[in-house]
Amino acid sequence: MLSMLLQMSNRDDVRAMTPGRIIFAAAIAFALLSVPASAETIQVTMDKLVFAPAEVNAKVGDTIEWINKDALVHTATARNGEWDVNIPASQRGQIGLKKAGAVDYYCKLHPNMKGRVVVAPD
Amino acid sequence: MFVRLSAALAALCLLSAPVFAQDGAKPTDPQIAHIAYTAGQLDIEAAKQALAKSKNKEVRDFADQMVLDHTEVNKQALALVKKLKVKPEDNDTSRSLTKQAAAKRDELAKLNDGAFDKAYVANEVAYHNTVNAALESTLIPSASNPELKSLLQTGLKIFQGHQQHAEHVAADVK
Repeated sequence: MLSMLLQMSNRDDVRAMTPGRIIFAAAIAFALLSVPASAETIQVTMDKLVFAPAEVNAKVGDTIEWINKDALVHTATARNGEWDVNIPASQRGQIGLKKAGAVDYYCKLHPNMKGRVVVAPD
Repeated sequence: MFVRLSAALAALCLLSAPVFAQDGAKPTDPQIAHIAYTAGQLDIEAAKQALAKSKNKEVRDFADQMVLDHTEVNKQALALVKKLKVKPEDNDTSRSLTKQAAAKRDELAKLNDGAFDKAYVANEVAYHNTVNAALESTLIPSASNPELKSLLQTGLKIFQGHQQHAEHVAADVK
């Protein structure tokens, strides 16, 4: 999307754009601005029944990726019901963060595993 | 040490039948391996009974997880004893655990539906509580091989998770 816009602005006919096309391009630019430019993927390991790091700081738009190093199935289940990710043995699971706020989560199958994600507004 | 061990064993006796009473003798690594493996196998058998009898999804999911988790831990335990060339040794604790589990299985066999679910899950809470207390107070401190000790420590964390999970299920099947 961004490269398309850059290509457009590099073309000679940009100055010849109709008002309709300018509004369209502006809308795309606005949409790009409202999407975090540097969305990150934050990794949390599940190893010997411990989430590490136990607490992570993220922002809206970031992705949390859990890496299950145990030979057991685990879950990352938000206590507020926002998300519930099943992560099979030796696999990975992801969730995109859409809302700001602090979310405590745990493993439904081994509730002594506890973690926390603090999501800042974008 | 002797006093502490005796006190821990006495506490266990209060929780259930005197399964872990061994006159205060410190179990050896081959005995510890046998006790831990047996405890896992007995929970798998209990889960299989639940899978044969229960119609409750939450109870069945829990039982499925017990089969998977304990099978995995016991697989690791077998691989470790093989590597360490330790021959698991039958002992009084393993024998009384087995005897007690058989009695519980007969008792549960007579129950159906909600009554079975409730009794199975209540026993899972009590059973994991007993085994965890034994791991914490006797088996882990007595294990001399560091790899065996480490496997038991991971096992304890898994079983503590099972105990909490069983407590959640117990609250739901009430």
